[in-house]
Amino acid sequence: MAGFDKVVTSYEEAMAGLTDNMTVIAGGFGLCGIPENLISEIKRKGTKGLTLVSNNCGVDDFGLGILLPDRQIKKIIASYVGENAEFERQMMAGELDVELTPQGTLAEKMRAGGAGIPAFFTATGYGTPVATGKEERQFKGRDYILEESIVGDFAIVKAWKADRYGNLVFRKTARNFNPLAATAGKITVVEVEEIVEPGELDPDHIHTAGIYVDRLIQGTFEKRIEQRTVRPSSAQGKK
Amino acid sequence: MALSREQIAQRVAQELQDGYYVNLGIGIPTLVANYVPDDMEVMLQSENGLLGMGQFPTEEDIDADLINAGKQTVTMATGASIFDSAESFAMIRGGHVDLTVLGAFEVDVNGNIASYMIPGKLIKGMGGAMDLVAGADNIIVTMTHASKHGVSKLLSHCTLPLTGKGCIKKVLTDLAFIEIRGGKFHLLERAPGVSVEEIVTLTAGELVVTGDIPEMIL
Repeated sequence: MAGFDKVVTSYEEAMAGLTDNMTVIAGGFGLCGIPENLISEIKRKGTKGLTLVSNNCGVDDFGLGILLPDRQIKKIIASYVGENAEFERQMMAGELDVELTPQGTLAEKMRAGGAGIPAFFTATGYGTPVATGKEERQFKGRDYILEESIVGDFAIVKAWKADRYGNLVFRKTARNFNPLAATAGKITVVEVEEIVEPGELDPDHIHTAGIYVDRLIQGTFEKRIEQRTVRPSSAQGKK
Repeated sequence: MALSREQIAQRVAQELQDGYYVNLGIGIPTLVANYVPDDMEVMLQSENGLLGMGQFPTEEDIDADLINAGKQTVTMATGASIFDSAESFAMIRGGHVDLTVLGAFEVDVNGNIASYMIPGKLIKGMGGAMDLVAGADNIIVTMTHASKHGVSKLLSHCTLPLTGKGCIKKVLTDLAFIEIRGGKFHLLERAPGVSVEEIVTLTAGELVVTGDIPEMIL
């Protein structure tokens, strides 16, 4: 590795330095655009006591859900945690600390964390259980609550394409939380489907600049689909 | 007769206007997309980061990288755009979405809504619902008027944890179209064949009935 080249060649190297009790921010929405191999590497390493920041927690046998059986997650900050039986069991048993956070607030916590903004006011959650213990203030006659931003020891991100300098391009709705997570890690690790040489990506089309990226690795992905919904193809005619 | 899920969606669709950007929640709200009039252009926002959601894909067009907020595989309509989740909620919180339709467990006369948690029973999380109710000015809540056991869901005070405070102005149930104003429910329309008395009986919060209440036209 030299200069701005962020490429590493093994997942072990990609997640080096992750230790017990760290905070990890993960991109992805449901199972879409999740850094599946980086999650597998965390499972392999056996790191424990982690605080995970992610919109969801995967399903029982895929995504962040695979970190549950070995009790690697101490706390999760997420907006929606259905679809996962082991998760529910650990939460109900009080073995897993869950901080439910509105989706937009969660996205903004990451964005603000990466942008050096320590906290922000939002109307979201005012007057609800989310507001408990938070500062409230009125602006122009409306009520808002103060939400603190989040910075992770690590951020794990899935992008579609990158150049060796870590400039990233995401694909379709697999973008979701990934660009935000990328900005909010002290160490940001990105896995992609394809790595090209610097200069090959059009600078106008780069979604995340390489400055946010510390390590980059090319992987292969299962891309599991959570809800497979289809309509009949036109060849089959209408119902 | 109480409205079916499809009829609720059909009535909500009458509130659409040409050129509207609309966010539809999971369940009945999703069905509204099936009743957009042919001569009208409406763009659907999916809060995971898609504006211009299309129909479900054919088997050969399925793309794991293209899903909606319900995690279902979808397609993009002509003129669609993709963005990250912070930007998606900037649209929502910033009041740029023209109409939001979402479900609820309870609403009350002060415009409070409970829709995300039943303590001890259902603790899956609020997803984007708290942002949607806080950010949108034009919201329609769709729900059944009462439980299967006849317990009203239109209350003086919500009993479940709130999703939002004082943010709901319109509720469409299987029995009635109701406006919330001045700390009271106001009956605007009734489902075809449903009497005002029936609606009054199944509405726990104070309900104002002024003059003849028209039947919905579906």
